[in-house]
Amino acid sequence: MNKIRLIIQREYLSRVKNKRFLLTTILTPLLMVLFFVGATYFALQGKDQHKVAVIDQNGFFKGNLSNSEHLVFEFPEGIDTSNYLTKGYTDILIIPKFNGTQKVNYIIRSKKRIGLNTEETISNKINAAIEDNMLQNAGIERAQLDSIRKESQFAALTSLEEQGDSAKESNAALSYGIGFGSGMLIYITMFIYGAMVMRGVMEEKTNRIAEVMISSVKPFQLMMGKIIGIGAVGITQFVLWIVLIVGLTTAAQLLIPHDVLVQVNTLQQYNGQIPAGGMVQASEAANKIYSIQHTMSTANWPLIFGCFIFYFIGGYLFYASLFAAVGSVVNEDPQDAQSLMLPITMPIIFSFIIMSNAVQDPNTPIATWASIIPFSSPMVMMARIAYGVPGTVTYLQLAASMISLIGGFLLTTWLSGKIYRTGILMYGKKVSWKEMGKWILRKN
Amino acid sequence: MNEVLQVNQLKKYYATQKAVDDISFSIERGSIFGLLGPNGAGKTTLLRMITGIFYPDSGSIYFDGKVFNPANDIVNIGYMPEERGLYKKMKIGEQALYLAQLKGLSKSEAMEKIRFWFKRLEMETWWNKKVEDLSKGMSQKLQFVTTVLHEPKLIILDEPFSGLDPVNANLIKDEIYRLAQNGSTIIFSTHRMEQVEEICDQIVLVNLGKKVLDGTIVDIKQQFKENKFSIKLQEVPSDINEGAFNITEQKDKELIVKINKGFKSNDVLNYFIQHQYNIESFNEMLPSLNEIFIQLVEGTTATTRAFENNLTVS
Repeated sequence: MNKIRLIIQREYLSRVKNKRFLLTTILTPLLMVLFFVGATYFALQGKDQHKVAVIDQNGFFKGNLSNSEHLVFEFPEGIDTSNYLTKGYTDILIIPKFNGTQKVNYIIRSKKRIGLNTEETISNKINAAIEDNMLQNAGIERAQLDSIRKESQFAALTSLEEQGDSAKESNAALSYGIGFGSGMLIYITMFIYGAMVMRGVMEEKTNRIAEVMISSVKPFQLMMGKIIGIGAVGITQFVLWIVLIVGLTTAAQLLIPHDVLVQVNTLQQYNGQIPAGGMVQASEAANKIYSIQHTMSTANWPLIFGCFIFYFIGGYLFYASLFAAVGSVVNEDPQDAQSLMLPITMPIIFSFIIMSNAVQDPNTPIATWASIIPFSSPMVMMARIAYGVPGTVTYLQLAASMISLIGGFLLTTWLSGKIYRTGILMYGKKVSWKEMGKWILRKN
Repeated sequence: MNEVLQVNQLKKYYATQKAVDDISFSIERGSIFGLLGPNGAGKTTLLRMITGIFYPDSGSIYFDGKVFNPANDIVNIGYMPEERGLYKKMKIGEQALYLAQLKGLSKSEAMEKIRFWFKRLEMETWWNKKVEDLSKGMSQKLQFVTTVLHEPKLIILDEPFSGLDPVNANLIKDEIYRLAQNGSTIIFSTHRMEQVEEICDQIVLVNLGKKVLDGTIVDIKQQFKENKFSIKLQEVPSDINEGAFNITEQKDKELIVKINKGFKSNDVLNYFIQHQYNIESFNEMLPSLNEIFIQLVEGTTATTRAFENNLTVS
């Protein structure tokens, strides 16, 4: 046991001490933040300006098509498809005459192809204008219509989930976010750390250190030492990321003005309403912060976090030993690795696809089964757990999934150990699946 | 009970060939033992069984008087495989420390011994270098140190001199002698016969998975000698006619003679003394191990080792 500890130590320290580890650990969250900031920026800035000339053969659209920042409608005289570009318009919209009962095709011609969002916006605006026109025809005054529009409130839907005697507030969007996020994280880490294990084994084999090592330790100790050591590197990286994120959020909170924070606290005390007679009305910022905090509080964080750690470790152990087995049979040729990895990467990618569906619809039979079978359970179960235990995932399912994952990784580790032991000392020959099967079945 | 290793009827068959087929031998404590054989003879498989990497299909191994138990005895063995291997990115000092600790040394013990060996082999300045920065000869030295660092009872060296310049080869050779004098037993596997002749007390020659020769070098040479002598004379007679020997070769004033059956070396000397020729030197010519090796190994092919049923199938 002392030897396996030494191996774990070496595998862990040689990676954590590496400058690259520090760099990726710090840069990854920064890059992610940059990515989101960049994406938001381009989403806001990247919109094309559209100046649309409208040829209206009905005559009621003028004044009824509302303009927006990036989309301006004008109704010039003497315009047609041949001259709109020279007159400074980017698009031309042709609305044919219609009688109100039949569907009519509108045509928009553009200099550049218009985007999906713009197309939808224009279509919505036309429909709204028609609706307005019809309401006016039915006898509602223009002024009445405007005031209805202005004063009507949109409903906010709060969904509650049965939990024993009481009902608990739940939030589908948050569950989706947590489920997808944690599933995605497990997916990425399984690939990154699995591949790291595989490369480590290949390195030992091609460097021929394997034989020196095997004359000191058992092959199984060498394999497990590597798997556990690299797993610990993964956990270290997660912990550092969490610390970084918590640190950055706290730092960000320091930037929020004090009075806003006071308002947020008041909102929290009174369940989202500033009590009558309060000194100040809650500002928009305070309301936003409160609503984020309130939404976050609907999730069962300890459970999600605990399960995430379990499924991360379980899923890692399940696949890492398989990656180690592949690494042990590969010779110098990296192309071998590609083809041998396929049977391992396929179920991972397949689980990811199931996970992306399960996160929208957590109760389909395929999602339920995939969350129990150990090949896919780490990702799919995380997607479902976000929707609540025992509401969506029953305790029985959770227990079955956990037990089968533990059994699963014990099995894959045992199988891989057998392949690894023979493969690590086998040089020059390309190993077939049949031979690997023989190694597994062989005693000793 | 002065045998450090005893191997009885060891067998290891692979799917297509008998890698080790019924090999037995024993090695005395403190001796330097040569395991010889052409490429593919089964040396590596044999060594891997002795180091506990492979299990034999049948047969038994006794280490230090007891049945070999890899889990416990592994710390008393140092194995330097033919294919050298070290972690390239690791610092040399850390690497030596790591490998020593895996052999069961405590950190302080290991440090002490590393210092001793590094000093001895003039490697002290290497501590913080990485293996990838070392020359082939340097990493060979490091590999040797990591093999013997934990003072094993049995040291197995597979082609220890390959890649070493003469100076370093001599350095390592002296260390091998010293280790043997201090009670370590050394198995020395190679196909370089001149090194074996120089170093080894006892040898075993394997070919096609079987043992073909076993004994001390002196005995083996006696066994394979062809009764040839070289004799150097002041003056070579023009015609020599004697029933005791035939001349097989003549170089200047040196004759190589083969003594016929029923005669002795003194009969050769007698002849020349009686004929009043001055003898400058007279030596027995023993075959070199190389010659014996080639004689035994030549003409055998790998197919003879295949299973018979395999042959009939194909």
